[in-house]
Amino acid sequence: MSDATPLMTVKGLTKHFPIKGGMLGRTVSRVHAVDGISFDVLRDETLGVVGESGCGKSTTARLLMHLIAPDAGEIIFDGRRVGSRDMTMASYRSQVQMVFQDSYSSLNPRLTIQDSVAFGPQVHGVRRRDALQRTHDLLDRVGLDPARFAARYPHELSGGQLQRVNIARALAVRPRLIILDEAVSALDKSVEAQVLNLLADLKKEFGLAYVFISHDLNVVRYISDRVLVMYLGRVAELGRAEDVYAAPQHPYSAALLSSMPTGDPDRRVEKAALQGDPPNPIDLPGGCRFHTRCPLVGTMCRGTEPELARIARDHDVACHARIPGSGHRPESKERAA
Amino acid sequence: MRAVMRLNPEDRSKMGGRIVAGGQDVTRMSRRRLNRFRGAEAAMIFQEPLLALDPVYTIGMQIVETIRVHERISRADAWARALDLFERVQIPSPERRLNAYPHELSGGMRQRAMIALALACWPQLLLADEPTTALDASVQIQVLLLLRQLQRDLGLSIIFVTHDIGAAVEVADRIAVMYAGRIVEEASARDLINTPRHPYTIGLLKSRTHDAMVKEHKLDTIPGAPPDLANLPEGCAFAPRCYLAQDACRRGVPDLQQLEGGRTVRCRRIDRTAPELRSAAAQ
Ligand SMILES: Nc1ncnc2c1ncn2[C@@H]1O[C@H](COP(=O)(O)OP(=O)(O)OP(=O)(O)O)[C@@H](O)[C@H]1O
Ligand SMILES: [Mg+2]
Repeated sequence: MSDATPLMTVKGLTKHFPIKGGMLGRTVSRVHAVDGISFDVLRDETLGVVGESGCGKSTTARLLMHLIAPDAGEIIFDGRRVGSRDMTMASYRSQVQMVFQDSYSSLNPRLTIQDSVAFGPQVHGVRRRDALQRTHDLLDRVGLDPARFAARYPHELSGGQLQRVNIARALAVRPRLIILDEAVSALDKSVEAQVLNLLADLKKEFGLAYVFISHDLNVVRYISDRVLVMYLGRVAELGRAEDVYAAPQHPYSAALLSSMPTGDPDRRVEKAALQGDPPNPIDLPGGCRFHTRCPLVGTMCRGTEPELARIARDHDVACHARIPGSGHRPESKERAA
Repeated sequence: MRAVMRLNPEDRSKMGGRIVAGGQDVTRMSRRRLNRFRGAEAAMIFQEPLLALDPVYTIGMQIVETIRVHERISRADAWARALDLFERVQIPSPERRLNAYPHELSGGMRQRAMIALALACWPQLLLADEPTTALDASVQIQVLLLLRQLQRDLGLSIIFVTHDIGAAVEVADRIAVMYAGRIVEEASARDLINTPRHPYTIGLLKSRTHDAMVKEHKLDTIPGAPPDLANLPEGCAFAPRCYLAQDACRRGVPDLQQLEGGRTVRCRRIDRTAPELRSAAAQ
């Protein structure tokens, strides 16, 4: 297998949650949490995932981990379809790990730190003595002195320390991909920077790939090689971080990025690019799901959902206005004509 | 923040010092005077609007009741003011939304409704405790811009508490940096961002992912973790993490020092944090 093949390929991944209602508990509607998304995760890369609350980031993470079953779609890992004989669930589970936002409730409160970290390898058949040795090495590596921390319980640690434990635990089964869902979002800012540096070091040292989910657009820009922008369960844009942040092509990405505080008192944001809250993934607008808030909306946007299309090297966008020859004309111009 | 409103239970919290608002010491107010102070002179908004809003009444009713507790005014006039407030906080279809219950509104709209409720008696001071922290970037900026506009239109003073320096810069004229329960530096937003003088502020600004655009470039970090408030070190609380700390720093809390431009810093080593010195050291 050459190194140019992606580590992971996601095809048409879909998850709709039924909403039950009435006395009979019938499904009255569906939340289109993730609605046919496709993307690659390359070897050694950090893929950032951004988007507003409820756009399906965590659902995507849980689908990638197989914590929930997809309604449709498939995952290819290392060239082999997950769930097939070549890539059994057990083998996949040891290669993909996850770190959550809530560092405390991800750990069993009744297990010591070392037992939590050593648990995964033991499940995968590593002898206890070796698992503990590996645990101590990893605790040391994430900056927690094993002599001081191995025998402690989660409630005795700070948020930053707990997140280091969670990272050590994810590493303990020697994964190749780690999914980080808002993994630094709850940390004190000064501690967040420490953990980001740690993640960068570990990635190099262990040859890892990351899927890094966060609502913090600054952090995603800093850590990501490529960025995936999600809107209401779909991929709006996917490209190299520098390109997407410097010149976002989807009008939604552009609006989202212009909402970032500049941090510069002489260049404050003067106007909000988006009005109102994101629409509900239950009653999706027809056509392009962004058309209700889009400055470039044209007639075809109300009728046809755009597919993700390549518009430049390593840059994909799902927007009629950006696809040459799509026949899109903004309504503002149509009215003028 | 809670101390300013005297929300902490009297028998459990010890309050020292003075809090002066509009020439009156809040720590010495009688209960009746205090009730008037809360709401009519100072009001508060929170990170989680559902804490401020009563789930069983419509938002309109809550605003009307709040106004009528503080003022002799007819129900109709109070309702008219509620409508005016909903327009000011830019809630679409304000009439319909006044009749909505809190859970029927989206997150951003609830935040606006809570701001309208806080403004019901035209307070002079608005205390905002992380009001945009739980919001998406696109909604956060709308609320920040709204607060900026209300501050101008109504001549409000706003105390905006946040852990997000970026959000603070968007709304604040002046910024006070707190560490372990004490203000360690206070300056205009511009001075604070451009020439921070307290080592903690300097570290915080340097660790921002904002400036670290170069790939493979490590973030500058502050070592260690914030102290346990119940167990503060003697002396300067930041000393154990400070790159400039000396023995003297570990003895007694440093005094606030006045600097030019009306800024203050609580640090013994400011002779070493002047901008010229720092840029020379960085070379
Ligand atoms: N188990 C579930 N049952 C029903 N609906 C669900 C379930 N899990 C998620 N949803 C809905 O699916 C949508 C996507 O949720 P998800 O948690 O993936 O969003 P997110 O992008 O991670 O948001 P946030 O930024 O707030 O974490 C939301 O509307 C959510 O309410
Ligand atoms: Mg989530």
